[in-house]
Amino acid sequence: MTASVTQPAGETLLSARNLVQEFTARGRGGVKGGVVHAVSDVSFDIRTGETLGVVGETGSGKSTLARSVLQSPRPKSGEVHFQGTDLMRLKRGRLTEARRQLQMVFQDPFASLNPRWRVTEIVEEPLVGYRVPNRAGRVRELLDLVGLNPDTFGRRRPHELSGGQCQRVAIARAIALDPALIVCDEAVSSLDVLIQAQVLNLFERLRRDLGLSYLFISHDLALVKQVSDRVAVMHLGQLCEIGPAESLYRAPLHPYTVALLASIPQLDPGATRRPITIHGEPPSPISPPSGCRFRTRCPRAQERCASEAPVMAELAQGHSVACHFPEHAPVPAAAAGVRGQA
Amino acid sequence: MSVDEVTEPALTGHDGGVGSVPLLEVTDLRVRFSTRGRRVQAVNGLSYRLEAGRMLAIIGESGSGKSVSSRALMGLLPGTARISGSARFQGQELLGLSEREMRRHRGADIAMVFQDPSRSLNPTMRIGTQITEAVRAHAGLTRKAAYDRAVELLHLVRLPAAERRFHEYPHQLSGGMRQRVMIAIALAANPKLLIADEATTALDVTTQAQIMELLLELQQRLDTAIIMISHDLGLAASYAHDVIVMYAGRAVEYASAKRLFGHVRMPYTQALLGAIPRLDRPPHADLPVTPGQPPDLTDLPPGCPFAPRCFRAGQECREQEPPFTEHEAGHWWSCWHPCEDTVGAVQAVDTVEAGTGGRHRRTGVAPHGATEGPRA
Repeated sequence: MTASVTQPAGETLLSARNLVQEFTARGRGGVKGGVVHAVSDVSFDIRTGETLGVVGETGSGKSTLARSVLQSPRPKSGEVHFQGTDLMRLKRGRLTEARRQLQMVFQDPFASLNPRWRVTEIVEEPLVGYRVPNRAGRVRELLDLVGLNPDTFGRRRPHELSGGQCQRVAIARAIALDPALIVCDEAVSSLDVLIQAQVLNLFERLRRDLGLSYLFISHDLALVKQVSDRVAVMHLGQLCEIGPAESLYRAPLHPYTVALLASIPQLDPGATRRPITIHGEPPSPISPPSGCRFRTRCPRAQERCASEAPVMAELAQGHSVACHFPEHAPVPAAAAGVRGQA
Repeated sequence: MSVDEVTEPALTGHDGGVGSVPLLEVTDLRVRFSTRGRRVQAVNGLSYRLEAGRMLAIIGESGSGKSVSSRALMGLLPGTARISGSARFQGQELLGLSEREMRRHRGADIAMVFQDPSRSLNPTMRIGTQITEAVRAHAGLTRKAAYDRAVELLHLVRLPAAERRFHEYPHQLSGGMRQRVMIAIALAANPKLLIADEATTALDVTTQAQIMELLLELQQRLDTAIIMISHDLGLAASYAHDVIVMYAGRAVEYASAKRLFGHVRMPYTQALLGAIPRLDRPPHADLPVTPGQPPDLTDLPPGCPFAPRCFRAGQECREQEPPFTEHEAGHWWSCWHPCEDTVGAVQAVDTVEAGTGGRHRRTGVAPHGATEGPRA
């Protein structure tokens, strides 16, 4: 697996189809207030050795999507094919066995580690759970792998570690069982930029050395571009665009992606600021707008957007968008053979 | 510790001539906390000058002293803090004021917006009541006049449906709207200086852009000076006039945003710039890494605090702290071995972005010495 390959030729490792997750929101006095449409009909694939980035605003359903993939809690409907089996159909014991290959790293490194346990105990826990022999040696190996000296850090407890070190411990725990896929939910968002760079490089090294795949969730578009082969953009529980990172950032198709990209502050003080193309905040997921859920904030919205929900359509190779009036006509690029768009 | 360092007082402002009194002049500010026998040197000799109507960004990682230094100005630090130095607001010393005297300035002259709007607002009070409270605290207005002023403020911060929102509770508002309410409260008494402490950090990028545009617009309309405290260099580059980079309680680099981002001198600033994921890099490109962690503020090493992590550090860096002085016109830094301009390399980075429509980030930043460093 070499670096900077847009689409590694791996097999499909995980394939989610029409995932739906809804929660009942309680209104005043505990009565049923409405249904939160957290994830609505989301489909995507992750190939072996590939990183799929998921970006979106707060409340767009990124984390619910990640948890739906892991079946915790189980989605309302849909299919999650992982290494050939549909996780949705697995009973508890079989699901536990399948989850060995599916691990997760969370946002808050302090909250995701037991404050009373020592580093070695934390990293050992999954090994104990799956009855792996020779645990002590494996723990040392894992700590070495994530760049923590087992002799210095092994006996420490989380409060004796910095945020970056805690996240390394969480990563060591996640890779302890040799998983095929790691779900990173805002895994570096709480770290300072220099420490964040260290941890991002660690993720990249592990991906190359261990052949890992990632489902990498973040609100930071530049960060997602840094690690992802392909990127999915989520808005209010739906995917609005998915495609190879290079072409998605070079020629975004969905107006929402365009707006997200325009919102990133630039590092060049001389550059003129791009006008903000969307205003206001996302509508409520309890009563999403009819038709396209982005239409209320969309600068390109027309009548058709209110009456008819757009469906995902592949406009360029591997680059799909759910929009009636996509932004860019796909530009012919050398890497991807692109057909013109009407 | 922190004794024999050279700190120049009074930075020269950009438009303030000799003799003119700047809006805010901070000189050799030091803050020390003593808890359970441990002495934390949170701020170690910070000096800057802010003119009216300008936006100053104070950039640094967690624990660099950026928040503590601004809270010291407002008298918001706990009693365990030992503050020394000077902070003159329109010529009047702020440090050492009694609580009663401080209250005359707080809110009226200097206002603050905090990171978490949901924790800054009272959850049991309607937002209208909270704004009117702030309005009436600073001006003896009648109920009706205060109501009018509060609604006017909500319109000023562009809160949608202001009259209706006036009667709502904070939990009925989104994060971005709450932050607008916080800004409205901060502006209640027409302060001359607004301190925004990570005011957009908890918000989405789209909302962040809207709030920053709002702050910029208010600044131009009301001629308020803004101190923007942030960890985000991109935000500073996009919106601030001047930038101070802090590390371990010290200012390590200070210049106008244009100057700073075009001519980075401090290796620490360069490391920060290099570590930011950028849209113009291909996926999976390794980020230049700065080893180690920020120093323990209870036990600062002698010399430059960044030396243990710095690829340019030499022997003198570990022994003697570099003075923070104006090495080039309007550009201050604190380093024995500053980086040079590498203009030729800037264009070289700019390869990926040959794409369509000018909506992507361009590289106008000196490339990251951290990558070249160890090999040099």
